[in-house]
Amino acid sequence: MSAVAHREAASGGLWSRMSLGQKQVIWAWSFLAVPLVFYVVIRFWPTFQAFYLSVTDWTITKPAAFVGLENYWRLFEDPLFWQVFRNTFMYLILGTPISLLISFLVAYYLDRVRFMHSFIRALYFLPFLTTAAAMAWVWRWFYQPVPIGVINDVLSSFGIPQQPFLRSTSQALPAVLAPAVWAGLGFQIIIFLAGLRAIPVTYYEAARIDGLSEGAILRKITLPLLKPTLVFLVVFSSIGFLRIFDQVYNINTNDPGGPLNSTKPLVLMIYQTAFSSYEMGYAAAQTVVLFVILLVISLVQLRLMRDR
Amino acid sequence: MKAAASSHGLAMPHIRPGRIVAWTLLFIGGVIMVTPLLFMLSTSLKDASQVYDLRVIPEAPTLDNYVEILGDGRFTRWLINSTIVAVIVTLSNVFFDSLVGYTLAKFRFRGRYIIFIAILSTLMIPTEMLVLPWYLMASQFGWIDSYWGIMFPGMMTAFGTFLMKQFFEGVPDDFLEAARIDGLNEFTIWWKIAMPLVTPALSALAIFTFLGNWTAFFWPLIVTTSAELYTLPVGLSSFAVEQSIQWEKIMTGASIATLPTLIIFLFLQRYIVRGVMLAGLKG
Repeated sequence: MSAVAHREAASGGLWSRMSLGQKQVIWAWSFLAVPLVFYVVIRFWPTFQAFYLSVTDWTITKPAAFVGLENYWRLFEDPLFWQVFRNTFMYLILGTPISLLISFLVAYYLDRVRFMHSFIRALYFLPFLTTAAAMAWVWRWFYQPVPIGVINDVLSSFGIPQQPFLRSTSQALPAVLAPAVWAGLGFQIIIFLAGLRAIPVTYYEAARIDGLSEGAILRKITLPLLKPTLVFLVVFSSIGFLRIFDQVYNINTNDPGGPLNSTKPLVLMIYQTAFSSYEMGYAAAQTVVLFVILLVISLVQLRLMRDR
Repeated sequence: MKAAASSHGLAMPHIRPGRIVAWTLLFIGGVIMVTPLLFMLSTSLKDASQVYDLRVIPEAPTLDNYVEILGDGRFTRWLINSTIVAVIVTLSNVFFDSLVGYTLAKFRFRGRYIIFIAILSTLMIPTEMLVLPWYLMASQFGWIDSYWGIMFPGMMTAFGTFLMKQFFEGVPDDFLEAARIDGLNEFTIWWKIAMPLVTPALSALAIFTFLGNWTAFFWPLIVTTSAELYTLPVGLSSFAVEQSIQWEKIMTGASIATLPTLIIFLFLQRYIVRGVMLAGLKG
């Protein structure tokens, strides 16, 4: 804040003649000066640049030349893109409802539990604090065939046949999704618990006096009052699943994206296009598509949830 | 009378069987949740010959894997890198996000609303879209393979700014007016008067920023090319690829990456849980 002090000293008369309101304005802009530069240079400018790059043929070696919408046409004709598009939505369509259902059930019952409440809560919360890249390796190990893989060992001890998991085109995507759901549950449970606790006890008391069953209380009081929490979690976790990368990249490093690209999400495609093939312009077009998908999904969800 | 009272106290309070079932299921679910972490830790304490023995308590626990991995120096380096990056970015966010949040909440000036909307609008832009321009910027300015290169995109966040603005709006103007009358300048009022009133929000912001940067993978993977500058997640990933099937080594690396945040949680559990709730509800 020495800049302000200097100005004050240099133009002492002027500063002392200013009204409190004028001084406030100067303070406000001097507080905002550095952050504004940051937001312009690190956020706004790169945003426009990303749009611009998406209509160029920029590669690492070649300077960017304008090519119109060519990158987008190429993308929409690329069968890999549609495969990736389908995978990305599978992560969303499976991940969001499954994780929200589990976390709501846990939070709903945990809210009523007093005995060892915070210990049990901690058990569910701990995976949220882990590093996704590290946990992908733990789960990768679990999915190995016998005698290495824990899950197949357990299955075989029950006489259930071996499962290929990461080696199968149909099982690989759910297998990659599992650690993502697992790591996210703790956060969702905590948010649900906060939402449940925010509902006034008097509502429940009144409902019980009226003779409502537990199921009716859940349907008519708990769920409607929990709607803002639910909207937040649906949008937040959907964005998370649409942007999945760390788990997918690490769980199958020899063939990122799984057998026949069966687990490859859009962000991994972007990464490979940009940093393995060095087709930066093409990758930029993919990031714009990701942006549009995220925007549309968030807006549609907010709309649907508000109407209901 | 006394005896009756005490025997009543000793008797089991009336608990419906449904409650006991619910508690048991919750407990079992919780144990399943931490099972992957238990297996990771237990395998990190086994030598290569015990890896296929899937007992959770190792027969002959050993710290050899840790000694070997930490001894080769790379993990120590990555631990230091991750700590430096996460701490500096967290401090920067705590300072700037709250400064901007405070200014937008407590000052009246033209353009305030536009600036707020502009900052908020950056929340809609996914990081992945900015990564290519950032990479271009980093290579032009020589920031590839530097701490600054890893840190610069996250030095301020719209999320943190929005969170802090919400909390500063709850600070009564009278407090600030009283300080103004006492002749404190605006910077001191913010730093000495307003900031201490929002410490729960500051700790929430600090927890989220630290955790986010400690576990960050995508951007550090892109902006670092030499192993010297890797952060822990990126380093672990490259280490695990090179270990191929030595799972006890990989689990030790994964434990080293994970244990710091788990240990911090054990000490700060109350603050962390409260912080997550605050950020989730207001953010």
